Amino acid sequence: MAWEVVIGLEIHTQLATQSKIFSTAPTAYGAEPNTQASLVDLAMPGVLPVLNEKVMELATKFGLAIGAEIGTTSVFDRKNYFYPDSPKAYQITQMDFPIVIGGQIDIDLEDGSTKRINVTRAHLEEDAGKSLHGEFTGQTGIDLNRAGTPLIEIVSEPEMRSAKEAVAYMRKMHALVRYIGISDGNMQEGSFRCDANVSIRPFGQEELGTRAEIKNLNSFKFIEQAINYEVERQAYILESGGRVIQETRLYDPDKGETRSMRSKEEANDYRYFPDPDLLPVVISQAFVDNIAKNMPELPDQKKQRFIDELGLSALDAGILTSNRELSEYFEQVANISKQTKLAANWVTGNLSAKLNKENIEIAAAPVTAEMLATVIQRISDKTISGKIAKDVFEAMWNGEGSCDEVIEKKGLKQITDDSAIETMIDNVIANNPNQLAQYQAGKQQLLGFFVGQVMKASRGKANPAQVNQLLRTKLQG
Amino acid sequence: MSDPLHALSLKALSQGIVDAKFSSMEVTEHFLNRIETFDPALNSYLTVTKEQAIAQAEQADNTIRSGQPHSPLAGIPYALKDLYCTQGIRTTAASKILDNFISPYDATVQSKLRHSGAVLLGKNNMDEFAMGSSNENSAYGNVANPWDHARVPGGSSGGGAACVAAGLAPFSLGSDTGGSIRQPASFTGITGIKPTYGRISRYGMIAFASSLDQCGPMTRSAEDAALVLQSLAGFDEKDSTSAQVDVPDYSADLDKPLDGLKIGLPKEFFADGLDQAVAASIDAAIAQYKKLGATIKEVHLPHSHLAVASYYVVASAECSTNLSRFDGVRYGHRCEDPKDLLDLYERSRWEGFGDEVKRRIMVGTYALSAGYYDAYYRKAQKIRRLIKQDFIDVFKQVDVIMGPAAPNTAFKLGEMIDDQVSMYLADLYTIPVSLAGLPGMSIPIQQANGMPVGLQIIGNYFEEARLLNVAHQYQLNTDDHLQTPKQYQ
Amino acid sequence: MPIIEKEEVIKVAHLARLAISDDQVEAYTQNLSHILEMVEQMNEADVEGVEPLANPLDSTLRLRPDIANPDIDREAFQAVAPSTEKGLYLVPRVIE
Repeated sequence: MAWEVVIGLEIHTQLATQSKIFSTAPTAYGAEPNTQASLVDLAMPGVLPVLNEKVMELATKFGLAIGAEIGTTSVFDRKNYFYPDSPKAYQITQMDFPIVIGGQIDIDLEDGSTKRINVTRAHLEEDAGKSLHGEFTGQTGIDLNRAGTPLIEIVSEPEMRSAKEAVAYMRKMHALVRYIGISDGNMQEGSFRCDANVSIRPFGQEELGTRAEIKNLNSFKFIEQAINYEVERQAYILESGGRVIQETRLYDPDKGETRSMRSKEEANDYRYFPDPDLLPVVISQAFVDNIAKNMPELPDQKKQRFIDELGLSALDAGILTSNRELSEYFEQVANISKQTKLAANWVTGNLSAKLNKENIEIAAAPVTAEMLATVIQRISDKTISGKIAKDVFEAMWNGEGSCDEVIEKKGLKQITDDSAIETMIDNVIANNPNQLAQYQAGKQQLLGFFVGQVMKASRGKANPAQVNQLLRTKLQG
Repeated sequence: MSDPLHALSLKALSQGIVDAKFSSMEVTEHFLNRIETFDPALNSYLTVTKEQAIAQAEQADNTIRSGQPHSPLAGIPYALKDLYCTQGIRTTAASKILDNFISPYDATVQSKLRHSGAVLLGKNNMDEFAMGSSNENSAYGNVANPWDHARVPGGSSGGGAACVAAGLAPFSLGSDTGGSIRQPASFTGITGIKPTYGRISRYGMIAFASSLDQCGPMTRSAEDAALVLQSLAGFDEKDSTSAQVDVPDYSADLDKPLDGLKIGLPKEFFADGLDQAVAASIDAAIAQYKKLGATIKEVHLPHSHLAVASYYVVASAECSTNLSRFDGVRYGHRCEDPKDLLDLYERSRWEGFGDEVKRRIMVGTYALSAGYYDAYYRKAQKIRRLIKQDFIDVFKQVDVIMGPAAPNTAFKLGEMIDDQVSMYLADLYTIPVSLAGLPGMSIPIQQANGMPVGLQIIGNYFEEARLLNVAHQYQLNTDDHLQTPKQYQ
Repeated sequence: MPIIEKEEVIKVAHLARLAISDDQVEAYTQNLSHILEMVEQMNEADVEGVEPLANPLDSTLRLRPDIANPDIDREAFQAVAPSTEKGLYLVPRVIE
């Protein structure tokens, strides 16, 4: 039986602040356990939360970026549950009056079309601490450094119909939050992760099936795998006459399967109510307008501009705007080199391949945009050939110096002097009388052989176009 | 013979220290000695900070003698309800769950008093987590009323009230959620003021009900209360609910005559249930105010009969989640050999909390739980707005509202202990004021049944200065506030 | 409106993480019922169209600047903890 898959995502994004949402403790990652947990984060008796203004700014920025309504009066609520990583035994979150209401983003599908995914809401909340299970026999260790870290939870409508769409949505959101600078989006550090609500139903049925919530997915690969596994699991249950139960599940990447989280299963009666320690937050239109005025160019706008103004293909423009750093790198290369198409090819080609291979971020690339732009300039002013340029790039990547230094040091400068090339051609012809005879007898395809020999003799430095042209003349004798 | 040190006003103590009639050390030792002598019978202190007090007194003497500028409270001893966190000093909220808790930080009010050079004598007994009206809910035993040891001092700030009434501290800081300063002040014959909600920072005051809790001074006169309030009031960046409203000079208007003062007497505060003798005392006090030039008007607070019910929902709901942090993980009581996490939570909390606290946690949990939120919490908050509106309407007609602080004088220990609901209902005059967040105070007036009676004076928002003026004028013209139980004179 | 049943008391005690024992349930049920009976008074009120009052001053929130204060004394904060090791708070093993 064919099932329609229905997926909604709740993305938790850590906001880029210096201090926590309700305390002044720092938010830096990787500190010694509990050295970034203040009295407030530890929920000492008598302490009180005070809201960080930066989170309101960042959340508003996000709302504007997805075309949402901004909740000018938002309210913080307590969500009550006992767990050792939740020191107050309630999480401060937003229930009825979130800061971001509605909004949407467009995702690119594999067939080249785009699909609009609506956002239900996005609300501010505090993160929990971390439980460490491995280290102590029979005990769990609690590190509250993360407790109180500001998050925005972005809740989508259940509008995705495959794991691939879910990943495309997640990637798009990831690019967006980094573009507008509200989050570093670091998935290894947990700054960007999601819960996936997955259900299936027979095609044509309007009513939604019972969903399972897969918690804490922190890589694009795991999202896809977990959803696909979950869809199969649910299909198997339904096809063998069973019923899917609504529950929270955890994805185990080692086993490639999801399993029930029994610890979270008991009656969820969170007893939400407005936190009496925090008053309603009212933000002014001027505050919103000011953020709108300073909004950076959004990925979709940039993509369109690359197509319209720079003449890039939709595919290249899409790749180049998939993250902000990459797009900025490209624009710099293009601006300096004045060679838009070549710049796009290099950034999407050699550079991206290298980044992928070495698994590093563009900011850490040893070849900067200025350096790559020089390479492109040297191609267009014929100092080097495109082929030699790849060697130069490789050498620069390995820290052997700037473009011109590498060319100089390795003597890679292209030979464009006709007489020098002619000398080489003459030598090659003289050394290959048989091939010459055959060529002249009509075996034209031997031209390639001669070109190869000349290039070899020049150690790749002869200008290939010139070699070609001069050879033809000489061979015809 | 001059008055003993414990009978002096704060102003007289301060002046005496400055004039070198006596030192802060002598004053401090005087109170420490009295605590040693009298407190075993009263049980008003849970912790006495003798060594720190002596060190602070010495420092205060040095500051004052060297002629450095200092606060009017410099060198003056005080006590704190054990609800306020005090760095390096045991802070229990009178609960077993915090039996071993040494606070790693100071409450804002404590830090203000510390900086003013005042001398902390110790921490007062109270009803556990400020829940109660008799101080019988303390995990560390009840407190005796200095006027009659067989009677309660009221609560929840019962320790503070008893200790000030018995001259075991010149003043104490209490807290008032539904009457916890005003009712014990009334039962022990002292002056207690609950300022406007948000007037004094709640940071470091262990929360009972966040939207109701307010710190306030318990003193022997309105003049003393003005001095203490002055040093506490003001916005605190650590408390989002503290008010950003300018703090006036609370002593400036004390001497203003009351000519033309309009006093409202709510009909609802003089209905059935008010003890006849208490009513007579209130009448006498009102007559005194008339003599001082005030005019009297009957007013209505039509929703006040709903206040106690609404209060128990709001306060219990808030307390049920405020007290969730006491889970035996980061501080406080942890049960022996928990077999798993659930056992750790459930037993630590069951063993650590007393019955009344557990009851309120359960009521609050129930009121917030799925399906009941609208019927209880939301409805209670709506009633709260009706009650606030009642007061707003009345304050369009009068300057202050007066009535009893409690329907009775102090009852006998154990008399009400099995009847929580009756004890709750006895807070009917103080609770509406708390729900509205208005300032209210209780001052001692003519006694009834041989026990103190408190007159409650209620003002409009942030009009503490007016309340203090109205109270002070009464105290200038009568000596009700100077009455002291014989054995503590 | 229902006055609370024993089963509900047990459920509520569990939600609040209170280890109520069987022999205590009866007494708590009675007490809680009395309190809730008193609370029923609220039903007399006509609250149609009334906005709930969450904060007596009806104020709005003041925000603080995003400035981190790294001054955190873990040792002092953990001095009051029942069980810690290597800077972590310890609880009985949690299975997820």
